[in-house]
Amino acid sequence: MLRLEVRPQPSRAWSYASPVLALVVTVLIGIGLFMVLGKDPVRGLQVFFVEPVKSWYAVGELMVKATPLLIIGLGLAVCFRSNVWNIGAEGQFVIGAVCAGGVALMADKTTGPWILWAVLAAGVLGGMFWASLTAVLRDRFNANEILVSLMLVYVAVQVLNYLVYGPWKDPMGFNFPQTQTFEKAAQVPRLFTGSRVNMGLLLALAGVVAVWLYLFRTHSGFAQQVGGLAPAAARYAGFSSRRALWIALLLSGGMAGLAGALEVAGPIGQLTPHVPVGYGFAAIIVAFVGRLHPAGIVFSAVLMSMFYIGGELAQSRLGLPKAITGVFQGVLLFVLLACDTLIAYRVKWGSR
Amino acid sequence: MDATALLIASSLNAGTVLAIAALGLLINEKAGIVNLGAEGLMLCGALAGFAAVVHVGATGWGFLAGAAAGAVLSLVFGWLVIWLNTNQYATGLALSLFGAGFSAFAGIPYTQAKLPDQGMSAVPFLSELPFIGPALFRQHPMAYFAVFLTLALIWFLYRTRAGLVLRSVGESPESAHALGYPVRRIRLLAVVVGGALCGLAGAYVSTVYTPLWVEGMIAGKGWIALALTTFATWRPARVLLGAYLFGGLTMVQFHLQGMGVNVPSQVLTMLPYLATVVVLVLISRNPLWIRTNMPQSIGKPFYPGS
Repeated sequence: MLRLEVRPQPSRAWSYASPVLALVVTVLIGIGLFMVLGKDPVRGLQVFFVEPVKSWYAVGELMVKATPLLIIGLGLAVCFRSNVWNIGAEGQFVIGAVCAGGVALMADKTTGPWILWAVLAAGVLGGMFWASLTAVLRDRFNANEILVSLMLVYVAVQVLNYLVYGPWKDPMGFNFPQTQTFEKAAQVPRLFTGSRVNMGLLLALAGVVAVWLYLFRTHSGFAQQVGGLAPAAARYAGFSSRRALWIALLLSGGMAGLAGALEVAGPIGQLTPHVPVGYGFAAIIVAFVGRLHPAGIVFSAVLMSMFYIGGELAQSRLGLPKAITGVFQGVLLFVLLACDTLIAYRVKWGSR
Repeated sequence: MDATALLIASSLNAGTVLAIAALGLLINEKAGIVNLGAEGLMLCGALAGFAAVVHVGATGWGFLAGAAAGAVLSLVFGWLVIWLNTNQYATGLALSLFGAGFSAFAGIPYTQAKLPDQGMSAVPFLSELPFIGPALFRQHPMAYFAVFLTLALIWFLYRTRAGLVLRSVGESPESAHALGYPVRRIRLLAVVVGGALCGLAGAYVSTVYTPLWVEGMIAGKGWIALALTTFATWRPARVLLGAYLFGGLTMVQFHLQGMGVNVPSQVLTMLPYLATVVVLVLISRNPLWIRTNMPQSIGKPFYPGS
């Protein structure tokens, strides 16, 4: 019989090795899946892990998808470290996109480049506002933040749909449910010609440094983590759990909102019903696979972006539905959670 | 009059889905396990049930396949959270994400398929009563099963020794372990039964309620079912009533749309989700209610000898 023995100290080595092991196991499961589906597994692996880094353009696309995942994942890392379960980042992303879109639509040909900052600020504030609904209901009424934040995702999507099917629909858009394309000044500038990589990537990398500094070099960041790990100790030290709740939700909501703003003012360029594509949910996996650490999240965001691009390529090259991305994402998180057992426990065979 | 009777009938039908899933989750939670994977279980149950009916034909097989899919997936979940002590929230979330991804992937061949409309079965004599007949007694057998399940669960939990053991495992696993009960096996059994019921509820949606298969068709019903257990303060009868209440709300939304009420359809679609939030707020604002009714060890791992 398999038996677990508690380690005296959580293993540091396994906390780094576990995501790697999880990825290896996920890849093995993927190979099995390709074989079951009658596809060449080597070709399948190529599509997921080689093609996305084959050319500069491909790497650019990888970065375009990694940017929102990275930004949302960073916010969620702070949230989960504080033991606040915000799983409604998708909704905060959508409302951020909606607010940013609202500002962007106000621009006309004569508007100066300052409008972009207003667009991004609107996104951040929108995301913060949406997360604050969850915070206020948790704080004042003790309502479960998991369920409330998730329910608000469905509400946010309907808000977006209402606007693009109704008042914000482009009058010249042949009745398609979408807004006008934003003015040039309201769009996020690209960094290079011939690639869709934009300024959002720089903001995301700045976010990595900022979140690292916040978590490991500020008193407030320390208080968040103590509250998450040992609520009793935090109370004893006089750290307010209410404050921790608000900081966690506002920060993660603001980050998700920023990601939403960068997405609509960047690669998409307008509001459509297709703005929510599940980045908010995938970012939960990004945060966990990245060990809730800013540096780790950089790697996991790129990995998850590979899953997205690999799924699209699998559709065009191998004739597999691109929904296969969701299967791999789910498997990865499952396997990771199982591997994480090795951090706190030693596996022994035989009964005691 | 007829419209009202129809509204009641369709509300009960919609409530049946929520009731079966929520009763399953209630069994989990009574044993101390929160399964946030309900949405994924329902999606996979819906797909498995739909596929079974397409290939085999009889709805009964669909229900069986849905329940089996829910049981198998929750077995994996149960093994992770009970034997490997993984975080219940994160693991449940993984199950939901995986279920959504897997059902979208595996369900593509079925998106165009159609199923024959399931006739509702009328209870002899009672269904002939004016108003009450069409409102209550012309339902799919599953609607009566939900009521039966509720009664059976009340009897099991509060009138049998096994039910007492199940509750003790959720209240104080240490004591149950000290008394010699196999806590982990009991928890796993509860998880599997609960998962099977979630899968069954999903299969009912795809084979009878809609009946068709669309990616993401459960549309949050699993999460609403989770909220229902809290709303019902973990009492089976209240779960059933709550489910009918929410079923009614879903149906009012459709009836308003049908009556041409001048509200944007998106606002109506929001209603069940907003109502869930409101209901959670109303029930949670009194911490005493929650604390006196909630299984004490809910969400906490138990590892014998640690």
